[in-house]
Amino acid sequence: MTEPLLHTKGLVKRFGGVVATNHVDLQVERGHLHALIGPNGAGKSTLIGQLSGEMAPDAGRIHFDGHDVTGLHVHRRARLGLARSFQITSIFKTFSVLANVTLAVQAHQGHSFRFWRPALGDTALTGPALSALERVGLADRARDPASALSHGERRQLELAMALAGDPVMLLLDEPMAGMGPDDGLRMVELLASLKGERTILLVEHDMDAVFQLADRISVLVYGAVIASGTPDAIRADEQVRQAYLGEDR
Amino acid sequence: MAPELRPRLILALLLVVALALPPLLGALGQGFYVGFAARVLIMALAALSLDLVMGLGGMVSFGHAAFLGVGAYVVGIGSWHVFDGSPLPFGLPGSENALIVWPLAMVFSGLTALGIGAISLRTSGVHFIMITLAFAQMLFYLAGGLKTYGGDDGITLYNRSELLGLKLSDPQTFYYLCLGILVVALAALLRLRASRFGMVLRGVRDNERRMRALGFPTYRYKLAAFVLSGMVCGLAGALLANASEFASPALMSWQKSGELLVMVVLGGMGSLVGPVLGAVALMALEEGLADLTQHWQVILGPLLLVLALSARRGLWGLLRGRRDHD
Repeated sequence: MTEPLLHTKGLVKRFGGVVATNHVDLQVERGHLHALIGPNGAGKSTLIGQLSGEMAPDAGRIHFDGHDVTGLHVHRRARLGLARSFQITSIFKTFSVLANVTLAVQAHQGHSFRFWRPALGDTALTGPALSALERVGLADRARDPASALSHGERRQLELAMALAGDPVMLLLDEPMAGMGPDDGLRMVELLASLKGERTILLVEHDMDAVFQLADRISVLVYGAVIASGTPDAIRADEQVRQAYLGEDR
Repeated sequence: MAPELRPRLILALLLVVALALPPLLGALGQGFYVGFAARVLIMALAALSLDLVMGLGGMVSFGHAAFLGVGAYVVGIGSWHVFDGSPLPFGLPGSENALIVWPLAMVFSGLTALGIGAISLRTSGVHFIMITLAFAQMLFYLAGGLKTYGGDDGITLYNRSELLGLKLSDPQTFYYLCLGILVVALAALLRLRASRFGMVLRGVRDNERRMRALGFPTYRYKLAAFVLSGMVCGLAGALLANASEFASPALMSWQKSGELLVMVVLGGMGSLVGPVLGAVALMALEEGLADLTQHWQVILGPLLLVLALSARRGLWGLLRGRRDHD
Protein backbone atom coordinates (compact mmCIF):
# COMPACT_ATOMS: atom_id res chain seq x y z
CA MET A 1 0.00 0.00 0.00
CA THR A 2 1.58 3.21 -1.09
CA GLU A 3 1.20 6.46 0.76
CA PRO A 4 -1.76 8.54 -0.45
CA LEU A 5 -0.76 11.62 -2.49
CA LEU A 6 -2.79 13.91 -0.30
CA HIS A 7 -3.98 13.20 3.17
CA THR A 8 -5.28 15.27 6.02
CA LYS A 9 -5.30 14.34 9.66
CA GLY A 10 -7.77 15.76 12.14
CA LEU A 11 -8.36 18.93 10.17
CA VAL A 12 -10.48 21.47 12.06
CA LYS A 13 -11.66 24.92 11.01
CA ARG A 14 -14.05 27.01 13.07
CA PHE A 15 -15.79 30.26 12.20
CA GLY A 16 -16.99 31.61 15.50
CA GLY A 17 -19.28 28.90 16.88
CA VAL A 18 -19.63 27.11 13.56
CA VAL A 19 -17.39 24.12 12.93
CA ALA A 20 -16.91 24.28 9.16
CA THR A 21 -14.37 21.48 9.10
CA ASN A 22 -14.80 18.87 11.77
CA HIS A 23 -11.83 16.51 12.25
CA VAL A 24 -11.52 15.62 8.61
CA ASP A 25 -9.26 12.73 7.68
CA LEU A 26 -9.18 12.68 3.91
CA GLN A 27 -7.03 10.41 1.78
CA VAL A 28 -6.64 10.91 -1.94
CA GLU A 29 -4.73 8.12 -3.67
CA ARG A 30 -2.28 8.91 -6.41
CA GLY A 31 -3.93 8.73 -9.83
CA HIS A 32 -7.47 8.72 -8.48
CA LEU A 33 -10.30 11.01 -9.33
CA HIS A 34 -11.67 11.62 -5.89
CA ALA A 35 -14.97 13.43 -5.60
CA LEU A 36 -16.05 15.45 -2.62
CA ILE A 37 -19.77 15.87 -2.32
CA GLY A 38 -22.12 17.23 0.27
CA PRO A 39 -25.11 19.54 0.64
CA ASN A 40 -24.73 23.32 0.46
CA GLY A 41 -22.97 24.63 3.51
CA ALA A 42 -21.30 21.30 4.25
CA GLY A 43 -17.90 22.99 4.19
CA LYS A 44 -16.59 21.82 0.84
CA SER A 45 -15.14 25.17 -0.21
CA THR A 46 -13.68 25.69 3.25
CA LEU A 47 -11.92 22.37 2.96
CA ILE A 48 -10.60 23.18 -0.52
CA GLY A 49 -9.45 26.54 0.83
CA GLN A 50 -7.39 24.82 3.51
CA LEU A 51 -5.93 22.30 1.07
CA SER A 52 -4.86 25.04 -1.33
CA GLY A 53 -3.52 27.16 1.51
CA GLU A 54 -5.82 30.17 1.36
CA MET A 55 -7.18 29.35 4.80
CA ALA A 56 -5.22 28.12 7.78
CA PRO A 57 -6.78 25.22 9.71
CA ASP A 58 -7.26 25.63 13.46
CA ALA A 59 -5.99 22.12 14.05
CA GLY A 60 -4.72 19.12 12.11
CA ARG A 61 -2.13 18.52 9.42
CA ILE A 62 -2.12 18.38 5.65
CA HIS A 63 0.39 16.19 3.81
CA PHE A 64 0.95 16.42 0.10
CA ASP A 65 3.36 14.35 -1.95
CA GLY A 66 5.56 13.58 1.02
CA HIS A 67 5.61 17.13 2.39
CA ASP A 68 3.83 18.54 5.40
CA VAL A 69 2.29 21.56 3.72
CA THR A 70 0.09 22.71 6.62
CA GLY A 71 2.03 25.93 7.13
CA LEU A 72 2.97 26.61 3.51
CA HIS A 73 1.75 29.66 1.61
CA VAL A 74 -0.59 29.27 -1.35
CA HIS A 75 2.13 29.98 -3.89
CA ARG A 76 4.50 27.44 -2.33
CA ARG A 77 1.89 24.69 -2.53
CA ALA A 78 1.17 25.64 -6.15
CA ARG A 79 4.87 25.24 -6.87
CA LEU A 80 4.82 21.78 -5.33
CA GLY A 81 2.28 20.83 -7.98
CA LEU A 82 -1.03 21.46 -6.27
CA ALA A 83 -3.14 23.45 -8.74
CA ARG A 84 -6.65 24.66 -8.16
CA SER A 85 -9.51 26.05 -10.15
CA PHE A 86 -12.07 28.35 -8.63
CA GLN A 87 -15.77 27.91 -8.14
CA ILE A 88 -16.36 31.46 -9.29
CA THR A 89 -14.52 31.90 -12.56
CA SER A 90 -11.29 33.63 -11.78
CA ILE A 91 -9.48 34.59 -14.94
CA PHE A 92 -7.57 37.68 -16.02
CA LYS A 93 -10.15 39.56 -18.02
CA THR A 94 -7.93 42.19 -19.58
CA PHE A 95 -5.63 39.49 -20.96
CA SER A 96 -6.07 37.37 -24.03
CA VAL A 97 -6.96 33.72 -23.59
CA LEU A 98 -3.40 32.76 -24.45
CA ALA A 99 -1.91 35.28 -22.03
CA ASN A 100 -4.02 33.83 -19.22
CA VAL A 101 -2.52 30.40 -19.73
CA THR A 102 0.94 31.80 -20.45
CA LEU A 103 0.88 33.38 -17.02
CA ALA A 104 0.04 30.02 -15.51
CA VAL A 105 2.99 28.42 -17.33
CA GLN A 106 5.26 31.25 -16.26
CA ALA A 107 4.47 30.60 -12.59
CA HIS A 108 6.30 27.29 -12.88
CA GLN A 109 9.37 28.43 -14.77
CA GLY A 110 11.45 29.95 -12.03
CA HIS A 111 11.34 33.58 -10.96
CA SER A 112 9.76 36.30 -13.08
CA PHE A 113 12.28 39.05 -12.46
CA ARG A 114 12.81 39.22 -16.19
CA PHE A 115 12.25 42.69 -17.47
CA TRP A 116 13.20 42.72 -21.12
CA ARG A 117 12.00 39.88 -23.32
CA PRO A 118 8.31 40.01 -24.26
CA ALA A 119 6.62 37.10 -22.49
CA LEU A 120 4.18 36.43 -25.30
CA GLY A 121 7.00 36.16 -27.82
CA ASP A 122 8.66 33.44 -25.76
CA THR A 123 7.83 29.96 -27.07
CA ALA A 124 9.06 28.43 -23.82
CA LEU A 125 5.89 29.98 -22.35
CA THR A 126 3.45 30.03 -25.24
CA GLY A 127 4.24 26.47 -26.35
CA PRO A 128 3.01 24.74 -23.20
CA ALA A 129 0.21 27.31 -22.96
CA LEU A 130 -1.06 26.44 -26.42
CA SER A 131 -0.97 22.72 -25.75
CA ALA A 132 -2.96 23.25 -22.53
CA LEU A 133 -5.51 25.22 -24.56
CA GLU A 134 -5.63 22.45 -27.12
CA ARG A 135 -6.22 19.96 -24.36
CA VAL A 136 -9.37 21.75 -23.20
CA GLY A 137 -10.49 22.59 -26.73
CA LEU A 138 -9.90 26.34 -26.66
CA ALA A 139 -6.93 26.59 -29.03
CA ASP A 140 -8.93 28.42 -31.69
CA ARG A 141 -9.82 31.15 -29.16
CA ALA A 142 -6.22 31.75 -28.08
CA ARG A 143 -5.97 35.29 -29.48
CA ASP A 144 -9.36 36.45 -28.24
CA PRO A 145 -9.71 38.57 -25.13
CA ALA A 146 -10.65 36.41 -22.16
CA SER A 147 -13.58 38.73 -21.49
CA ALA A 148 -15.13 37.64 -24.81
CA LEU A 149 -15.47 33.99 -23.75
CA SER A 150 -18.80 32.45 -22.87
CA HIS A 151 -19.36 31.14 -19.38
CA GLY A 152 -18.65 27.57 -20.41
CA GLU A 153 -15.49 28.57 -22.23
CA ARG A 154 -14.28 30.47 -19.17
CA ARG A 155 -14.63 27.28 -17.16
CA GLN A 156 -12.54 25.52 -19.79
CA LEU A 157 -9.97 28.29 -19.57
CA GLU A 158 -9.87 27.85 -15.79
CA LEU A 159 -9.01 24.23 -16.31
CA ALA A 160 -6.38 25.03 -18.93
CA MET A 161 -4.72 27.39 -16.45
CA ALA A 162 -4.72 24.71 -13.78
CA LEU A 163 -3.24 22.22 -16.25
CA ALA A 164 -0.65 24.60 -17.65
CA GLY A 165 1.73 24.22 -14.74
CA ASP A 166 1.84 20.45 -15.26
CA PRO A 167 0.49 19.88 -11.75
CA VAL A 168 0.69 16.68 -9.77
CA MET A 169 -2.79 17.22 -8.45
CA LEU A 170 -5.82 19.29 -9.41
CA LEU A 171 -8.26 20.75 -6.92
CA LEU A 172 -11.33 21.48 -8.98
CA ASP A 173 -14.00 23.50 -7.22
CA GLU A 174 -17.26 22.94 -9.09
CA PRO A 175 -15.85 23.09 -12.62
CA MET A 176 -19.35 22.63 -14.04
CA ALA A 177 -21.04 25.33 -11.98
CA GLY A 178 -23.54 27.28 -14.04
CA MET A 179 -22.90 25.34 -17.23
CA GLY A 180 -25.58 24.38 -19.71
CA PRO A 181 -26.07 20.71 -20.63
CA ASP A 182 -23.81 20.86 -23.71
CA ASP A 183 -20.92 22.57 -21.94
CA GLY A 184 -21.41 20.26 -18.98
CA LEU A 185 -21.14 17.22 -21.21
CA ARG A 186 -17.94 18.53 -22.76
CA MET A 187 -16.47 19.14 -19.30
CA VAL A 188 -17.34 15.59 -18.21
CA GLU A 189 -15.56 14.26 -21.28
CA LEU A 190 -12.60 16.45 -20.52
CA LEU A 191 -12.39 15.30 -16.92
CA ALA A 192 -12.75 11.69 -18.04
CA SER A 193 -9.79 12.20 -20.37
CA LEU A 194 -7.71 13.57 -17.49
CA LYS A 195 -8.62 10.69 -15.23
CA GLY A 196 -5.67 8.47 -14.46
CA GLU A 197 -3.27 11.01 -15.86
CA ARG A 198 -3.58 13.44 -12.95
CA THR A 199 -4.76 13.04 -9.42
CA ILE A 200 -7.94 15.07 -9.09
CA LEU A 201 -10.00 16.19 -6.13
CA LEU A 202 -13.34 17.20 -7.58
CA VAL A 203 -16.01 19.18 -5.77
CA GLU A 204 -19.18 18.97 -7.79
CA HIS A 205 -22.94 19.21 -7.41
CA ASP A 206 -23.79 17.30 -10.54
CA MET A 207 -24.36 13.82 -9.11
CA ASP A 208 -24.57 12.10 -12.49
CA ALA A 209 -21.14 13.43 -13.36
CA VAL A 210 -19.68 12.55 -9.97
CA PHE A 211 -20.89 8.96 -9.95
CA GLN A 212 -19.81 8.53 -13.56
CA LEU A 213 -16.31 9.88 -13.07
CA ALA A 214 -15.12 9.21 -9.56
CA ASP A 215 -12.92 6.39 -8.33
CA ARG A 216 -13.63 7.36 -4.76
CA ILE A 217 -16.23 9.62 -3.21
CA SER A 218 -16.14 11.30 0.17
CA VAL A 219 -19.34 12.75 1.60
CA LEU A 220 -19.11 15.85 3.73
CA VAL A 221 -21.99 16.81 6.03
CA TYR A 222 -21.77 19.60 8.60
CA GLY A 223 -18.02 19.72 8.12
CA ALA A 224 -17.43 16.03 8.83
CA VAL A 225 -16.74 13.18 6.44
CA ILE A 226 -19.59 10.76 7.06
CA ALA A 227 -18.62 8.25 4.40
CA SER A 228 -15.81 7.56 2.00
CA GLY A 229 -15.59 4.82 -0.61
CA THR A 230 -16.29 3.69 -4.14
CA PRO A 231 -19.32 5.11 -5.94
CA ASP A 232 -21.18 1.83 -5.43
CA ALA A 233 -20.42 1.77 -1.74
CA ILE A 234 -21.53 5.39 -1.37
CA ARG A 235 -24.74 4.74 -3.29
CA ALA A 236 -25.54 1.90 -0.95
CA ASP A 237 -24.59 3.69 2.26
CA GLU A 238 -27.59 4.16 4.52
CA GLN A 239 -26.21 7.18 6.30
CA VAL A 240 -25.48 8.93 3.04
CA ARG A 241 -28.91 8.21 1.65
CA GLN A 242 -30.50 9.71 4.74
CA ALA A 243 -28.25 12.64 5.27
CA TYR A 244 -27.56 13.68 1.77
CA LEU A 245 -29.25 11.96 -1.12
CA GLY A 246 -32.50 12.87 0.57
CA GLU A 247 -34.31 9.57 0.22
CA ASP A 248 -36.77 9.01 3.00
CA ARG A 249 -37.60 5.54 3.96
CA MET B 1 -0.65 40.60 -32.80
CA ALA B 2 0.35 42.78 -35.71
CA PRO B 3 1.96 45.94 -34.43
CA GLU B 4 -0.66 48.60 -34.54
CA LEU B 5 0.12 51.44 -36.85
CA ARG B 6 -1.96 54.22 -35.41
CA PRO B 7 -0.45 54.43 -31.91
CA ARG B 8 3.02 54.23 -33.40
CA LEU B 9 2.31 57.07 -35.81
CA ILE B 10 0.91 59.21 -33.04
CA LEU B 11 3.96 58.53 -30.86
CA ALA B 12 6.31 59.41 -33.73
CA LEU B 13 4.39 62.60 -34.36
CA LEU B 14 4.51 63.56 -30.70
CA LEU B 15 8.25 62.96 -30.63
CA VAL B 16 8.74 65.19 -33.67
CA VAL B 17 6.70 67.93 -32.02
CA ALA B 18 8.70 67.58 -28.81
CA LEU B 19 11.97 67.77 -30.74
CA ALA B 20 10.86 70.82 -32.70
CA LEU B 21 9.41 72.64 -29.73
CA PRO B 22 12.39 74.73 -28.49
CA PRO B 23 13.33 76.23 -31.89
CA LEU B 24 9.65 76.78 -32.56
CA LEU B 25 9.14 78.62 -29.29
CA GLY B 26 12.31 80.59 -29.99
CA ALA B 27 11.04 81.63 -33.42
CA LEU B 28 7.76 82.75 -31.86
CA GLY B 29 9.64 84.81 -29.32
CA GLN B 30 8.32 82.63 -26.50
CA GLY B 31 11.68 81.21 -25.46
CA PHE B 32 10.69 81.59 -21.82
CA TYR B 33 8.43 78.58 -22.23
CA VAL B 34 11.31 76.18 -22.90
CA GLY B 35 11.99 76.02 -19.17
CA PHE B 36 8.32 75.37 -18.54
CA ALA B 37 8.31 72.64 -21.19
CA ALA B 38 11.25 70.94 -19.44
CA ARG B 39 9.30 70.96 -16.18
CA VAL B 40 6.38 69.36 -18.02
CA LEU B 41 8.67 66.58 -19.26
CA ILE B 42 9.96 66.02 -15.74
CA MET B 43 6.48 65.76 -14.26
CA ALA B 44 5.64 63.41 -17.12
CA LEU B 45 8.53 61.21 -15.98
CA ALA B 46 7.14 61.24 -12.44
CA ALA B 47 3.63 60.42 -13.68
CA LEU B 48 5.11 57.61 -15.77
CA SER B 49 6.76 56.17 -12.67
CA LEU B 50 3.45 56.30 -10.81
CA ASP B 51 1.72 54.47 -13.66
CA LEU B 52 4.17 51.61 -13.24
CA VAL B 53 2.73 50.82 -9.80
CA MET B 54 -0.77 52.21 -10.24
CA GLY B 55 -1.64 51.35 -13.82
CA LEU B 56 0.28 48.12 -14.21
CA GLY B 57 0.29 46.84 -10.65
CA GLY B 58 -2.99 48.24 -9.36
CA MET B 59 -1.27 49.89 -6.39
CA VAL B 60 -2.76 53.36 -6.00
CA SER B 61 0.02 55.32 -4.31
CA PHE B 62 -1.06 58.64 -2.86
CA GLY B 63 2.44 59.39 -1.70
CA HIS B 64 4.57 59.44 -4.79
CA ALA B 65 5.54 63.06 -4.27
CA ALA B 66 7.73 61.76 -1.44
CA PHE B 67 10.13 60.23 -3.96
CA LEU B 68 10.09 63.40 -6.02
CA GLY B 69 11.11 65.25 -2.87
CA VAL B 70 13.80 62.78 -1.83
CA GLY B 71 15.38 62.99 -5.29
CA ALA B 72 15.29 66.78 -5.23
CA TYR B 73 16.74 66.96 -1.72
CA VAL B 74 19.67 64.72 -2.63
CA VAL B 75 20.61 67.16 -5.39
CA GLY B 76 19.88 70.14 -3.15
CA ILE B 77 21.93 68.84 -0.22
CA GLY B 78 24.82 67.85 -2.49
CA SER B 79 24.89 71.34 -3.91
CA TRP B 80 24.49 73.01 -0.51
CA HIS B 81 27.62 71.31 0.80
CA VAL B 82 29.59 72.34 -2.27
CA PHE B 83 28.64 75.94 -1.61
CA ASP B 84 29.05 75.74 2.14
CA GLY B 85 32.25 73.71 2.01
CA SER B 86 31.23 71.66 5.03
CA PRO B 87 31.40 67.89 4.77
CA LEU B 88 28.47 65.51 4.72
CA PRO B 89 28.26 62.65 7.25
CA PHE B 90 31.22 60.23 7.04
CA GLY B 91 33.35 63.15 5.89
CA LEU B 92 32.07 62.99 2.34
CA PRO B 93 32.23 66.20 0.34
CA GLY B 94 29.24 67.77 -1.39
CA SER B 95 28.90 67.26 -5.10
CA GLU B 96 27.25 68.78 -8.13
CA ASN B 97 28.38 66.05 -10.50
CA ALA B 98 25.23 64.65 -12.09
CA LEU B 99 26.89 61.26 -12.59
CA ILE B 100 27.24 61.00 -8.82
CA VAL B 101 24.27 62.95 -7.53
CA TRP B 102 21.54 61.71 -9.85
CA PRO B 103 22.24 58.00 -9.29
CA LEU B 104 22.41 58.80 -5.57
CA ALA B 105 19.00 60.46 -5.84
CA MET B 106 17.71 57.24 -7.37
CA VAL B 107 19.34 55.11 -4.69
CA PHE B 108 17.89 57.16 -1.84
CA SER B 109 14.40 57.36 -3.32
CA GLY B 110 14.61 53.64 -4.06
CA LEU B 111 15.52 52.92 -0.44
CA THR B 112 12.70 55.17 0.70
CA ALA B 113 10.35 53.25 -1.57
CA LEU B 114 11.68 49.99 -0.15
CA GLY B 115 10.84 51.11 3.38
CA ILE B 116 7.44 52.55 2.51
CA GLY B 117 6.56 49.68 0.19
CA ALA B 118 7.63 46.92 2.57
CA ILE B 119 5.08 48.16 5.09
CA SER B 120 2.25 49.55 2.98
CA LEU B 121 2.16 46.62 0.54
CA ARG B 122 0.97 44.43 3.38
CA THR B 123 -2.33 46.21 2.89
CA SER B 124 -4.29 46.99 -0.24
CA GLY B 125 -7.07 49.18 -1.55
CA VAL B 126 -8.03 52.19 0.53
CA HIS B 127 -5.61 51.24 3.30
CA PHE B 128 -2.73 51.26 0.87
CA ILE B 129 -3.75 54.73 -0.32
CA MET B 130 -3.91 56.00 3.26
CA ILE B 131 -0.61 54.51 4.35
CA THR B 132 1.34 55.82 1.36
CA LEU B 133 -0.20 59.23 2.03
CA ALA B 134 0.78 59.02 5.69
CA PHE B 135 4.39 58.17 4.84
CA ALA B 136 4.62 61.04 2.37
CA GLN B 137 3.25 63.43 5.00
CA MET B 138 5.84 62.20 7.48
CA LEU B 139 8.63 62.92 5.00
CA PHE B 140 7.05 66.29 4.22
CA TYR B 141 7.28 67.34 7.85
CA LEU B 142 10.70 65.75 8.23
CA ALA B 143 12.00 67.85 5.33
CA GLY B 144 10.41 70.94 6.85
CA GLY B 145 12.30 70.20 10.05
CA LEU B 146 15.74 70.12 8.39
CA LYS B 147 16.85 73.47 9.79
CA THR B 148 20.31 73.20 8.24
CA TYR B 149 18.75 72.88 4.82
CA GLY B 150 16.34 75.78 5.05
CA GLY B 151 13.48 74.13 6.96
CA ASP B 152 10.17 74.99 5.37
CA ASP B 153 11.87 77.34 2.91
CA GLY B 154 13.97 74.59 1.36
CA ILE B 155 17.32 74.83 -0.40
CA THR B 156 18.21 77.10 -3.26
CA LEU B 157 20.67 75.58 -5.70
CA TYR B 158 23.53 77.87 -6.62
CA ASN B 159 24.42 75.76 -9.60
CA ARG B 160 22.72 73.16 -11.70
CA SER B 161 24.33 69.74 -11.76
CA GLU B 162 27.30 69.20 -14.05
CA LEU B 163 26.93 66.52 -16.66
CA LEU B 164 29.89 65.69 -18.90
CA GLY B 165 30.54 69.32 -19.77
CA LEU B 166 26.96 69.93 -20.92
CA LYS B 167 25.63 73.36 -20.13
CA LEU B 168 22.55 72.40 -18.15
CA SER B 169 21.90 76.04 -17.30
CA ASP B 170 21.06 76.51 -20.95
CA PRO B 171 17.28 75.92 -21.13
CA GLN B 172 17.46 74.19 -24.53
CA THR B 173 20.19 71.77 -23.52
CA PHE B 174 18.35 70.96 -20.32
CA TYR B 175 15.09 70.48 -22.22
CA TYR B 176 16.63 68.01 -24.64
CA LEU B 177 18.30 66.13 -21.80
CA CYS B 178 14.94 65.78 -20.04
CA LEU B 179 13.32 64.69 -23.29
CA GLY B 180 16.01 62.06 -23.82
CA ILE B 181 15.61 60.67 -20.32
CA LEU B 182 11.83 60.58 -20.65
CA VAL B 183 11.95 58.79 -24.00
CA VAL B 184 14.42 56.20 -22.70
CA ALA B 185 12.37 55.63 -19.55
CA LEU B 186 9.14 55.32 -21.52
CA ALA B 187 10.65 52.90 -24.02
CA ALA B 188 12.17 50.79 -21.24
CA LEU B 189 8.91 50.64 -19.29
CA LEU B 190 6.90 49.78 -22.41
CA ARG B 191 9.33 46.93 -22.89
CA LEU B 192 8.97 45.93 -19.25
CA ARG B 193 5.18 46.00 -19.58
CA ALA B 194 5.30 43.11 -22.06
CA SER B 195 8.00 41.18 -20.18
CA ARG B 196 7.45 38.38 -17.71
CA PHE B 197 7.73 40.87 -14.88
CA GLY B 198 5.15 43.13 -16.53
CA MET B 199 2.78 40.21 -17.03
CA VAL B 200 3.01 39.36 -13.35
CA LEU B 201 2.27 42.96 -12.35
CA ARG B 202 -0.77 43.17 -14.57
CA GLY B 203 -1.93 39.79 -13.36
CA VAL B 204 -1.72 41.07 -9.79
CA ARG B 205 -3.76 44.13 -10.76
CA ASP B 206 -6.47 41.97 -12.32
CA ASN B 207 -6.65 39.23 -9.72
CA GLU B 208 -4.03 38.89 -7.01
CA ARG B 209 -5.68 35.91 -5.35
CA ARG B 210 -5.54 33.99 -8.60
CA MET B 211 -1.88 34.91 -9.04
CA ARG B 212 -1.03 33.37 -5.69
CA ALA B 213 -3.01 30.27 -6.56
CA LEU B 214 -0.99 29.99 -9.76
CA GLY B 215 2.18 29.97 -7.68
CA PHE B 216 3.39 33.57 -7.74
CA PRO B 217 4.74 35.10 -4.53
CA THR B 218 3.02 38.37 -5.37
CA TYR B 219 4.39 40.51 -2.54
CA ARG B 220 7.98 40.52 -3.77
CA TYR B 221 6.96 41.45 -7.32
CA LYS B 222 4.83 44.31 -6.07
CA LEU B 223 7.63 45.51 -3.84
CA ALA B 224 10.15 45.35 -6.70
CA ALA B 225 7.83 47.41 -8.89
CA PHE B 226 7.31 49.91 -6.09
CA VAL B 227 11.06 50.34 -5.59
CA LEU B 228 11.69 50.69 -9.32
CA SER B 229 8.92 53.25 -9.53
CA GLY B 230 10.38 55.16 -6.58
CA MET B 231 13.77 55.26 -8.27
CA VAL B 232 12.39 56.66 -11.52
CA CYS B 233 10.38 59.20 -9.55
CA GLY B 234 13.52 60.11 -7.62
CA LEU B 235 15.32 60.79 -10.88
CA ALA B 236 12.42 63.06 -11.83
CA GLY B 237 12.92 64.80 -8.49
CA ALA B 238 16.63 65.31 -9.18
CA LEU B 239 15.77 66.85 -12.54
CA LEU B 240 13.05 68.98 -11.00
CA ALA B 241 15.48 70.41 -8.47
CA ASN B 242 17.69 71.40 -11.40
CA ALA B 243 14.80 72.84 -13.37
CA SER B 244 13.63 75.13 -10.59
CA GLU B 245 17.10 75.39 -8.96
CA PHE B 246 15.27 74.74 -5.75
CA ALA B 247 14.28 71.89 -3.45
CA SER B 248 11.62 72.39 -0.80
CA PRO B 249 9.17 70.36 1.31
CA ALA B 250 6.37 71.58 -0.99
CA LEU B 251 7.56 68.99 -3.51
CA MET B 252 6.42 66.28 -1.09
CA SER B 253 3.03 67.77 -0.31
CA TRP B 254 -0.08 65.66 -0.77
CA GLN B 255 -1.26 68.10 -3.42
CA LYS B 256 1.74 67.12 -5.50
CA SER B 257 0.92 63.44 -5.07
CA GLY B 258 -2.65 64.23 -6.07
CA GLU B 259 -1.46 66.07 -9.15
CA LEU B 260 0.46 62.97 -10.23
CA LEU B 261 -2.62 60.82 -9.71
CA VAL B 262 -4.68 63.20 -11.85
CA MET B 263 -2.07 63.08 -14.61
CA VAL B 264 -2.13 59.28 -14.66
CA VAL B 265 -5.92 58.98 -14.67
CA LEU B 266 -6.39 61.83 -17.14
CA GLY B 267 -3.91 60.35 -19.58
CA GLY B 268 -5.02 56.74 -19.25
CA MET B 269 -3.98 54.37 -16.48
CA GLY B 270 -1.78 51.42 -17.36
CA SER B 271 -0.87 52.64 -20.83
CA LEU B 272 2.39 54.33 -19.72
CA VAL B 273 2.12 56.68 -22.70
CA GLY B 274 -1.11 58.12 -21.30
CA PRO B 275 0.34 59.59 -18.10
CA VAL B 276 2.92 61.45 -20.19
CA LEU B 277 0.09 62.99 -22.19
CA GLY B 278 -1.81 63.58 -18.97
CA ALA B 279 1.10 65.56 -17.54
CA VAL B 280 1.35 67.66 -20.69
CA ALA B 281 -2.39 68.27 -20.81
CA LEU B 282 -2.78 69.12 -17.12
CA MET B 283 0.18 71.49 -16.94
CA ALA B 284 -0.63 73.16 -20.25
CA LEU B 285 -4.21 73.66 -19.12
CA GLU B 286 -3.09 75.13 -15.79
CA GLU B 287 -0.67 77.45 -17.51
CA GLY B 288 -3.11 78.48 -20.25
CA LEU B 289 -6.06 79.01 -17.96
CA ALA B 290 -3.98 80.93 -15.43
CA ASP B 291 -3.21 83.41 -18.22
CA LEU B 292 -6.92 83.86 -18.85
CA THR B 293 -8.16 84.35 -15.33
CA GLN B 294 -6.94 84.08 -11.78
CA HIS B 295 -9.90 81.86 -11.02
CA TRP B 296 -8.60 79.25 -13.46
CA GLN B 297 -9.37 76.37 -11.13
CA VAL B 298 -13.09 77.06 -11.60
CA ILE B 299 -12.63 76.13 -15.26
CA LEU B 300 -10.08 73.35 -14.77
CA GLY B 301 -12.20 71.40 -12.29
CA PRO B 302 -15.27 70.88 -14.49
CA LEU B 303 -13.03 70.28 -17.50
CA LEU B 304 -11.29 67.40 -15.72
CA LEU B 305 -14.66 66.09 -14.62
CA VAL B 306 -15.93 65.98 -18.19
CA LEU B 307 -12.75 64.29 -19.37
CA ALA B 308 -12.82 61.70 -16.61
CA LEU B 309 -16.46 60.86 -17.35
CA SER B 310 -16.28 60.82 -21.13
CA ALA B 311 -12.92 59.17 -21.67
CA ARG B 312 -12.63 56.33 -19.21
CA ARG B 313 -9.42 55.15 -20.78
CA GLY B 314 -8.01 58.62 -20.72
CA LEU B 315 -6.53 60.81 -23.43
CA TRP B 316 -4.38 58.01 -24.80
CA GLY B 317 -7.46 55.81 -25.03
CA LEU B 318 -9.15 58.49 -27.13
CA LEU B 319 -6.15 58.97 -29.38
CA ARG B 320 -5.17 55.39 -30.00
CA GLY B 321 -8.69 54.11 -30.56
CA ARG B 322 -9.24 50.38 -30.19
CA ARG B 323 -8.46 48.73 -26.92
CA ASP B 324 -5.45 46.44 -26.85
CA HIS B 325 -5.27 42.93 -25.48
CA ASP B 326 -2.15 40.91 -24.99
